[in-house]
Amino acid sequence: MEELVFYLCAAVAVVAALMVIVQRNAVYSALALIACFCSVAVLFFQLGAEFIAMIQVIVYAGAIMVLFLFVIMLIDPESEGFAVNRHKRITITAVPVAALLGLLLLWAVTAIVPDGSDASLASTGGIEPIARSLFGEYLLPFEVTSILILVAVLGAMVLAKRTD
Amino acid sequence: MVSTTHFLVLGAILFTIGTVGVILRRNVIIMFMCVELMLNAVNLTFLAFARHFNQIDAQIFVFFVMTVAAAEAAVGLALIVLLSRRTNSVDIDQADTMKW
Repeated sequence: MEELVFYLCAAVAVVAALMVIVQRNAVYSALALIACFCSVAVLFFQLGAEFIAMIQVIVYAGAIMVLFLFVIMLIDPESEGFAVNRHKRITITAVPVAALLGLLLLWAVTAIVPDGSDASLASTGGIEPIARSLFGEYLLPFEVTSILILVAVLGAMVLAKRTD
Repeated sequence: MVSTTHFLVLGAILFTIGTVGVILRRNVIIMFMCVELMLNAVNLTFLAFARHFNQIDAQIFVFFVMTVAAAEAAVGLALIVLLSRRTNSVDIDQADTMKW
């Protein structure tokens, strides 16, 4: 059962990720990316990270992708042709680069992972240990994050302001 | 229980797809979405290792990655809006003023 859920969600995630790349229309790419994020959120659940899974759905698939959709509809990137075309060189180099990177990563994850403690408990999730860690050991980074977001909001406002 | 390697392989596949998108596409918005996809693949890897070693810290790290990604999306999309206003397109090749 668990394997079935994994393979289903993994297949949806990979197909949706491919759709992000090959779609002609940016809106369809964004929708495919939302599907990908949602199926990855199911996998987060499976990994015992319920809090992160909910954050993934709410913040990523909800807030960030809605922001993307707003910008896409605002500036209407309809004019672009399909993927590359004008740069044959990029297409030709992209294939071996991608194959190399993929093979390297696959080799890394299959060779380096220590097997053994794989049968550990999947119940590290839950919100309480995260909260204790976040507001205890990691309090300073957490507060710095709030400043980062404040600066990002100010920067976005200053950048997008019409000055003419 | 699904093994850790399964999740790591899926993360590697998603990361590679994101990289291919960044290299291939010339649309700034889609390149940006591919970067988000790569970040998500890394998050998946983090959480797979979190379960593997039974540590909570990786989840905290993923939390920080997500907040930084949100900030990055806000600033990046503002830059994209600015770029499209300047050049009237979202083609990354239009933004080559620095290499005159």
